[in-house]
Amino acid sequence: MDARHKLVDLAAFMDRVNRGEGNPDFRYQAFLEAVKVLGEGGNSRAAAVLEVFSDPTSEPIASATTKAACGAWPGELGESGAN
Amino acid sequence: MRYIEPHGHMVSRTTDDYTAMVSAGCEAVCEPAFWAGFDRSSADGFYDYFCQLTEHEPKRAAKFGLPHYSWLCINPKESEDVGLANEVLSLIPDFMDRPNVLGIGEIGLNKNSRNEVQVLEKHVDLAGSRDQLVLVHTPHLEDKRKGTRLILDVLKSDSRIRPERCIIDHVEEHTIKMVLDEGFWAGMTLYPESKCSPARAIDMLEIYGTDRIWMNSACDWGVSVPLAVPQTILEMRRRGHARDWVDQVAFQNPVAFMRQSPKFQVPSGSH
Ligand SMILES: [Zn+2]
Repeated sequence: MDARHKLVDLAAFMDRVNRGEGNPDFRYQAFLEAVKVLGEGGNSRAAAVLEVFSDPTSEPIASATTKAACGAWPGELGESGAN
Repeated sequence: MRYIEPHGHMVSRTTDDYTAMVSAGCEAVCEPAFWAGFDRSSADGFYDYFCQLTEHEPKRAAKFGLPHYSWLCINPKESEDVGLANEVLSLIPDFMDRPNVLGIGEIGLNKNSRNEVQVLEKHVDLAGSRDQLVLVHTPHLEDKRKGTRLILDVLKSDSRIRPERCIIDHVEEHTIKMVLDEGFWAGMTLYPESKCSPARAIDMLEIYGTDRIWMNSACDWGVSVPLAVPQTILEMRRRGHARDWVDQVAFQNPVAFMRQSPKFQVPSGSH
């Protein structure tokens, strides 16, 4: 029941986003990528979902322009503070 | 039920929280230094905070019969200003010998910037030079995996730092393996929205075993649940885990890590 409840909530969230206007959000693009991972099988879906949202680079960024994380990696452009 | 809250920011919590925690079986609480939710305007603010962590808060906890320990540092969220960080770092040695100070923490990274790495290295040097335990905060959300890797590399590059004396906190499914594989302790933080739910924490224990892992509420001034650890214990019991299995994660493991500091007194709590 708990998983069913959460799944319907996610479906409603996606419908809500579709009803909205404006430009696609990079976080939602990452979300859609993560949803695909759920169908791939295996025993490490949670890690795979977290990886989709993660910064894939390995070097420290030049400077921290904000304190907060936003949930998904905005790409190199976002890292430079443009986002 | 007995447990230890190895990561709670009690200066942000109420006396009701102390009552609830002790009533639920909490036998000791450990409080790492962290961000106040706003930037402190000078090193003096940190001096006062360190006094609060080492003098006032232990007295407040003692009124509820709860032993209180602390960890000192300038947190990564305020590490972008290296000048301020250097001033704060120079204050820490005078506090290290206070009776409730277990080590350096919660150090680490927030946005994985060069200055944050530099300040992390200085904290690691301080810990190495004084043979201190280390408690590490790993970054949030999209920054966690990269930040965890960078942190482990900094710790491993200092030959005085022994992994078994470092706890890497806030691990999730994509970071726990590298932490444990490289000999460090792993902390799982039970948060309502981010980090880790009770169900996921228990999943990780079932997958990776109960060695070198603890769980905490990291309760602070934000959305957090001071009773997250005992609530997770109830979930463990619902899944049918044995009392000893539960006790190892909730009590024996935090004791095993923290008693590496001679200042930590093992609670005599009944099982
Ligand atoms: Zn914390």
